[in-house]
Parts: sequence; structure tokens; C-alpha cells
Amino acid sequence: MKIEVRGLTKRFGSVQAVSGVSFTVKEGELLGLLGPSGSGKTTVLRLIAGLETPSGGDIYIDGKRVNDLSVQDRNIGFVFQHYALFKHLTVFENIAFGLKIKKWKPAEIEQRVADLLRLMSLDALEQRYPYQLSGGQRQRVAIARSLAPRPSVLLLDEPFGAVDAKVRQELREWLIRLHDRLNVTSLFVTHDQEEAMEVSGRIIVFSKGTLEQIGSPADVYEEPATEFVARFIGAMNILEGQVLNGVVKIGSLEFPAPNISDHVHVQVGFRPYYVKVSENPQRYRQAATLRHIYFLGVAYRLEIETGEGLILRSRMNKEEFRQYRFEVGRPVSFAVTHFRFLPQQGMSFSPAPPQLFDAGPLTP
Amino acid sequence: MMRRLFIGSVWLYFALLLIGPILYLAVQSFDGGISAFWNEVTKPEALHGFTLTLEITAIVLVLNLVFGTITALVLVRQDFAGRTMLSGLIDLPFSVSPVIAGFMLILLFGPDTILGTFFGTLGVKVLFAMPAMVLATLFATFPFVVRELTPLLQTIGTDAEEAARTLGANEWQVFLKVTLPMLRWGFVYGATLTVARAIGEFGAVLVVSGNILMLTQTATLHIYQSYVDFNYVGANAVALTLLAVSFAILTLLEVAKAKAVTTVA
Repeated sequence: MKIEVRGLTKRFGSVQAVSGVSFTVKEGELLGLLGPSGSGKTTVLRLIAGLETPSGGDIYIDGKRVNDLSVQDRNIGFVFQHYALFKHLTVFENIAFGLKIKKWKPAEIEQRVADLLRLMSLDALEQRYPYQLSGGQRQRVAIARSLAPRPSVLLLDEPFGAVDAKVRQELREWLIRLHDRLNVTSLFVTHDQEEAMEVSGRIIVFSKGTLEQIGSPADVYEEPATEFVARFIGAMNILEGQVLNGVVKIGSLEFPAPNISDHVHVQVGFRPYYVKVSENPQRYRQAATLRHIYFLGVAYRLEIETGEGLILRSRMNKEEFRQYRFEVGRPVSFAVTHFRFLPQQGMSFSPAPPQLFDAGPLTP
Repeated sequence: MMRRLFIGSVWLYFALLLIGPILYLAVQSFDGGISAFWNEVTKPEALHGFTLTLEITAIVLVLNLVFGTITALVLVRQDFAGRTMLSGLIDLPFSVSPVIAGFMLILLFGPDTILGTFFGTLGVKVLFAMPAMVLATLFATFPFVVRELTPLLQTIGTDAEEAARTLGANEWQVFLKVTLPMLRWGFVYGATLTVARAIGEFGAVLVVSGNILMLTQTATLHIYQSYVDFNYVGANAVALTLLAVSFAILTLLEVAKAKAVTTVA
């Protein structure tokens, strides 16, 4: 079922938690609501569920306005960050809870719970109590419990936030497989950009109660709509400067800006892997000093400082890194191969597509 | 060396304060043999005292469970003017002497007061009767259930209740199927402490009951009266019986605790 939110607003006293948010979760979609803590994303989820009452705006589930429908009648499944299992009930009783409330026949309850136990690989655990389960198992019980009464939509609030990194990875894969199989419209909240990228078909980026961008993980990553998104999703070098004669000059770096009028203040952004670095001072046009080398497991991150004191981050994979003989404190040469102007509030021009830039190796 | 000294002093402390007196009480209770003990415990005055204590305890327990639950829920979950003050007042009975509590009831319900006159015209006897004894015992035991439930409610939070609502449960179903069961160990502790205290209450009840034989004389008052009347075997026998009951209750609590640790964790 489709979820649609229009002009949704929520105030807690004098705090504006959500300000005029509109978006649609398509039927069968798995959509990630991504934002830093305190950005209002959980509030949006709770508003859709009916656990909070909106201060303004409308919520539609399957085309029907549900603002005045109580949480009990919205037929949603909700998964809480800290499981929220019924500690006094067994795994079986937890999953059967909603079915008993909805007066399913005992034989049907038995069947439905057995199906879900199998689906969630909880077969042998049905008589256990929550305290006898691991974090990952508890969250699987919580997911099974929320799915049991066949909800029209599934809402997950930081579902993997309370478990360790390894289990978190397993649960993500679980959720993806589960979604592929059941195809229930799902909206999940996370502050972890990597998780949002991996799990969701589309991502909504949230900040300070407003929607910053909605798009596929690739869209959001490659073409951030706002400075906030650019900074929040992945690492990005961001420099500020002014346009003069169609060029933004920041230190010794020059970025062509043919379509922007003079004296406009702009932000230039580029991902670390678009910063090429060589220990050969003749290789690229720009000069800098290598300040730090960080080992990231699959890649290396280099931090370089230009003569004007600009600190830039570069990233390269292991194979590339091994071709060089980098030494901290030594001079290096570098070039920025791609960049984009970041859209800013009150900006008078539309964000240009990423620009390709001649890296200009001096020696081939 | 220090270790032995410490362990030894703890044993001595326990022996002087608890083990010695209890053993002595037990021995003295059977000073006249088992039949004398039995006669003292089963004579009408003693039986009446036990029954009265039991009745008061039962009423106080029910009232405490009901109002203790409501109070704890309101104090933890509702935000209202005066909440902090009410929270602070809950411990007051711990710091006020029961005799003073009884005295306050006498002042409040005395024949010349508004309340006293009001109940008098209704034909309800408050002072020197069951109502005042229940009120006095309530005063002394009021904090127990609230004090057990408050921290528990704070730890539990509202997640599980919200989960139940998303699964379709209405407010009553949430309360009966989720909130109450999750508080069950709080009820066990609170009830145990309430019962133990209610059985042993003396000061407040003495002041408001008038200690009328076969009418308002509870078990503890009966012990006191027997002692004053030089019936030491009678006093000892009833005292030992009450002690055994309290001991049994506390043992149950310990068993419950051991079980609770595994289910709450």
C-alpha cells in the first residue's frame, strides 16, 4: 500500500520537530529515512503510525486519509529500536499477540506464527522468553510480531541500532530478503548513511525537520541537492570562493564557472576519490604536503595540505596506493578531476551537473 | 586477621540483634510446654487478634495495590503542577512516627470535628473501630507499592505499550495484557513489604483503636496487653507466631527475587 505525506508538521511545545514535509512511499517500496539524530525522522515515522498527532498536514495510507484514525485502526506494523518485546511472554506469544487481539482462530494463529517463525529462522525458539535471546534474535521476533497481523505498511525505527556491527549487517540482509519476498511497503529510519544506501531503493535525507532530498542512493550520493546532503552522505571536500571572470579561484586551485555571474559566492564540492595524488611533484599541477595516511581496510585516505593551508582529503584503493611510495611530511602533487557547485539556500542558479576537469598530467 | 575480625563482628552483631532474641523468644514461648503454647495461641482473644490483623492486612493490601498502582502511573507518566511535591511526600510515612500518624487521625475524626460529626450523623464509627485502624495502617504502608512500581515503570518505558497499540490493542487491553504483567515483580515486592508491615503495625493502631478486647485488639496489641498483664507465655507465643508468619513472607520474597532476576534481565 502506498503511503503519502503532505505538508506534515509537528511541534512539541516550542520545538518544531517536523516542518511541512511531503513525500510518497510507493507501493511495495523499501524507503530509507536518513538523517542525523534529532532531525525529526523518527517523529515522521511515529506520525505515520499514529503514535503522535500531527500539528498540521495530512497522512494517507493506500489513498485514504488516516489523520483521524487511531493507531489501532491504521493496520501498520511498527518495529522499535529497542525491540519493545513483551518480556513476560514467550516468542510464540509475542508473535501471536496481535492475532489474539484481532480474534483470529487458534488454528490460524498457530499456522501464521509457525510460518513467521520459519521465515525468520526462529523455529526452535518459540518457547523462549525474550531475555533468553540474542539481540539479533530479539529484533527478528519483533519484526515477525509486527508482520503477523498482515499490516498494510511496515515502519521500522532504527531497527538495527541496538545490535553490534556484525549482527547489524546480518539483519540488513535479512530485511532486504524479507522485503523481496513479502513486498510490503516499508519505511525505515536510520542515521547510518551506509545502511540507508545498502538497504533502501530510495532514500529521503532529512535535516532539522525538513526534507533535503529524495532519490536513489546513487542520486543522493552523486548529485546531492543541498550542501547538507553533500556533507552528510559520504565524505566530501567543500571549498568556498567567489566567481570572477567565469572562474572560482581558491588558493592556487581554479574551478571554471562559465554560467555563474561575477561576485557570486559559491561552494565547490568534490569527493575524495576525485583528488588524485602522486609522490612525484611533477605529476600533477598542484603542490601540497602529505599530512596523514589513514588505512580504511579496503582503501587509503590521504590528507594533504596546500601551500595556502587548505586541507584536502583524497582516497585511493590499495592497488593504486601500492604504486606510490608515500611518506608523511613529504611534498606531493595533486589534481582535482571532478567537482560540482553545491546548491545553497537563496541561490540564483540551478546546480550545474558534475563537471569534468582536465586533470592535466604534466608528464604522461 | 582483619578479615576474621570483620566476619566475627558481623556474626556478633547478628547474634545480639536477631538470632539471640529470636531464640530466646522461641524458648520462652514453650516455657509451659507445648500445650500451654497451643492454649495461648488458640484462646478466643488471641484468635480474634489474628483474625482482626488478617482482615486489616487484607483490606490495606487491596487498597495499596489499587491506589499505589494509580499513584505510580500518574507520578511517572503524567506531567502536572505539583508532581515533584507529591513525589517528595510519598516517603513521608517513613519519617513520621506511627504514633503521630494515629494522633493525627484522632484529631481529624474526633467527635468535635467536622469529619467526626459528619460520619457520626451517618452512623459510621471511624475512631476506635475498623475504619481508623485501616487508615492508620494505610498511612504506615502507603509508600511500599508506589516505591516499588515507580522505578520499574521508569525502566520499562512505554515502548512495549506502544507496540501493543500498533498491534491493535485498545487502552484497556494494553493495561491488562502488557502494563500490569510487566509490573508483576513490583507487585510481589510491594505486596510482601506491605503485608509484613501491616501485620507488625502497632503504634498508630494502638492510638486509634482504643485496644478494646475482642473488638479492636489486633495481634500486636494482644501481645502488648498480655505482656502488661504479666502473661509472658501468652505474649511470647503470639509473638513467635507473628514472627514465623513474617519470616515465611520474607522467605517467599527472597524466592521471588531469585526468580525475578532471571526473568527481568
